[in-house]
Amino acid sequence: MLRRGFEIARIMSRGDDIPPTAERVEPASAWARGAPVSRRRAGSSEDAALVGRLLAGDEDAFTGLVDRYHGRLLLLARSFVKDQATAEEVVQETWMGVLRGLRSFEGRSALKTWIFRILVNRAKTRGVREARSVPMSGLGEDDGPNEPAVDPARFGSSGMWARPPRRWEDDTPEAVLLRQEARRRLAQAIEDLPPRQRTVLVLRDLEGVSAQEVCNILEIADTNQRVMLHRARSALHRALERYLEEE
Amino acid sequence: MLTCQELTELVTDYLEGRLSLWDRMRFGMHVGMCRHCRAFLRDRKLTIETLGRMPEEPIPPDVRDELLERFRDWKRE
Repeated sequence: MLRRGFEIARIMSRGDDIPPTAERVEPASAWARGAPVSRRRAGSSEDAALVGRLLAGDEDAFTGLVDRYHGRLLLLARSFVKDQATAEEVVQETWMGVLRGLRSFEGRSALKTWIFRILVNRAKTRGVREARSVPMSGLGEDDGPNEPAVDPARFGSSGMWARPPRRWEDDTPEAVLLRQEARRRLAQAIEDLPPRQRTVLVLRDLEGVSAQEVCNILEIADTNQRVMLHRARSALHRALERYLEEE
Repeated sequence: MLTCQELTELVTDYLEGRLSLWDRMRFGMHVGMCRHCRAFLRDRKLTIETLGRMPEEPIPPDVRDELLERFRDWKRE
């Protein structure tokens, strides 16, 4: 994890010099240094300790968990149900489901993944009941048009860059996120995604849930998951570029 | 030879480690030679890393209090 942190720092500082090998970017875990315990990946001994504290009735453990996940759960729930009020109910139900299930939590998945699974199941049930369900199994019309990753007008007829990316002044996540307006734009761009893309992006890139776990939770095929991730990341990339180039 | 435009559509499969060996080589060769695509790849990674550090929406205090009440009920069960 530390090594990956350095790797990213190195890539970011050298800028243009990115090794031409396949590599995974696992955002949430890459930045786990100094993050709250619950944010770290699996590390199931930490999960086990947290579950132990919860079962012992430790209120700080519970409020810590709620502070950490409530907003994200709400964001996820919004993809499945029609309004904010229903989403809030679904999240409440999720917390009740977490408490009910806690005694039988076996740590086969990360606690975080388990909580997200409860949320998605509740939200789906609720969405179906309201006939505003978002079937996760296929790509459909509400995934939006199949937009290219980058505006085709930026390439010449040979497919080479005609208007290439310009150097961003803010070239670390910290620098970007220091700007309130950047945070607002990113949040808005996430909000504007079609529901399925938003769900995949939030789980993968905001929460660092693995591709396989996301496929499990949402009951979708891996190729489908990747298509949605690609579209969503491309949309966020465009939004960030638009903002940083205005500056 | 991979075009820049094609590369922008393959970038997710590349970062996910899901390109075939052949495509990975083509991708790597292109990035090695094209500084614009290196910039694109760098920006894409920065976008992803930034998303991974997005702050959570704070929970409204009344909701937090209510959940804590439920937790206390649960403890007593």
